[in-house]
Amino acid sequence: MNVGGFISQLLQVLIALALAPLLVGWVNQCRAWLQNKSAPSLLLPYRTIHKLFIKDAVVADTASPIFRIAPYIVFGAMCCAAAIVPSLATDLPFASAADAIALVGLFALARVFVALAAMDTGTAFGSLGARREMFIGFLAEPALLMVLFTASLISGSTSLPTIVDTLAHREFAIYPSLAFAGVAFTMVSLAENARVPVDNPATHLELTMIHEAMILEYSARHLALIEWASAMKLFNYSCIGLALFFPFGIASGGDWLGVVGAAPTLVAKLAIGGFALALIETLSAKMRIFRAPEFLGTAFLLAVLGMLVNLLLGS
Amino acid sequence: MTAIPFYAQIINLLAALLLLLSFAMLAQRRVLSLVNLFAMQGLSLALSTAIVAYGTAQPHLYWSAGLTFVLKVFLLPWLLHRLIRQLDVRWDVEGLINIPTTMLIGIVLVVFSFNLAVPISELASTVTRSTLGIAMACVMLSFLMMITRRKAIPQVIGFLSMENGLFFAATSATYGMPLVVELGIALDVLVGMLILGVFFFQIREQFDSLDLKHLEKLKEGE
Repeated sequence: MNVGGFISQLLQVLIALALAPLLVGWVNQCRAWLQNKSAPSLLLPYRTIHKLFIKDAVVADTASPIFRIAPYIVFGAMCCAAAIVPSLATDLPFASAADAIALVGLFALARVFVALAAMDTGTAFGSLGARREMFIGFLAEPALLMVLFTASLISGSTSLPTIVDTLAHREFAIYPSLAFAGVAFTMVSLAENARVPVDNPATHLELTMIHEAMILEYSARHLALIEWASAMKLFNYSCIGLALFFPFGIASGGDWLGVVGAAPTLVAKLAIGGFALALIETLSAKMRIFRAPEFLGTAFLLAVLGMLVNLLLGS
Repeated sequence: MTAIPFYAQIINLLAALLLLLSFAMLAQRRVLSLVNLFAMQGLSLALSTAIVAYGTAQPHLYWSAGLTFVLKVFLLPWLLHRLIRQLDVRWDVEGLINIPTTMLIGIVLVVFSFNLAVPISELASTVTRSTLGIAMACVMLSFLMMITRRKAIPQVIGFLSMENGLFFAATSATYGMPLVVELGIALDVLVGMLILGVFFFQIREQFDSLDLKHLEKLKEGE
């Protein structure tokens, strides 16, 4: 328990809260730019969230309390996840409360509540979206766990700060297993964040939408929280990816002043990562929903191969 | 973990790539892409052999690397491309049995061969011994590919990639076979390929397709 740890912990959550909509705005801008469209403002997600917060909420008559509390739970889960993932520093007092497996559990909790709330109002789209989301989720989760296990095997711990510390301060070596895990992780994050090959975040077409179908019934502050939470989810996934596969520049140990230096590095890495995401989304076409098992099956296969190769080669 | 030399790390990386390419071939539906994947597998095999030659100062391995490069990156893919063009099966898409299931069987095979290879590689003294498991997994996966495919050309590619796996096993376990043996095998593969090419035409003339399920019947008119 030290002051520096708490400061870096607090700073990290605040940065995640503040920068998450910016990341979404940046990805949208890159995507528009790559597709030769005129780009929306970088600050558009902030304005949307602000606009939604000052509106009056409308809740369906048939909705149960689950519908009302779901946005808060989802948002809370994403804040917790932002506190666990070492994006700026590895000296996080809160992170000892939950390891990589619990992190996957947090994401699962958020997913379950969004799906429950979607089915709660009894609309056709809601249950359709919820079913699809659970379908994607149950395929993506094992792959994500395997990716995290690969990293845990290398560092000998499932605690995320320890993993990142080990990966960041090792002597230079080529890890084929991490390359496998990296590709698998990219595929999983595309599926989990409702990005293009699996879901299209920009569409409201009935037959294809997954995430949008679930939140159709939400309005005003509830919708704002959900939108903010999904931006934070993208932010968290990007930070996990950056922490596992590009861990340089993260402040370690009790060096809480290093956090100040780590912030610009993180922003730069996120900018590059966001551009890469936009590039992937532009280059790929959306798959039929029944191709998703093949896509996520490949991700699972790569993650398991990474783990096996790690066990065999010891690297 | 003991530090392993840099070249061995690159060999490990190439071995992992080899395994990945085997899986990609297992999942590939299109014949043309299959040939290209096979050429890439040959390329990574030749590269890894050359690096083993460099790292362990075994000049005769350069010859096998060069031989692999010429044979498996250019000659065999070129022959296969020509065959595909002549048989006009360029756009053939094979209706495989469920790909995710094949992949899962593949993972089981990989686990099996990794386990099988551990005691053997403990006996070996080469720096590349740990890649023996991957070599065996490649052989197994090519086997699986030959079993699950129905058309003639993918089966032949499976056969050729099995030879790739065996070659890699020889390199990783004992720094390669004597050059005479390697030359013999290379010639065998080449001649086998040519003969199988003639077979393809015969099969197609007889049955109007390259689907090998027609060969299962022993008598005509049943």
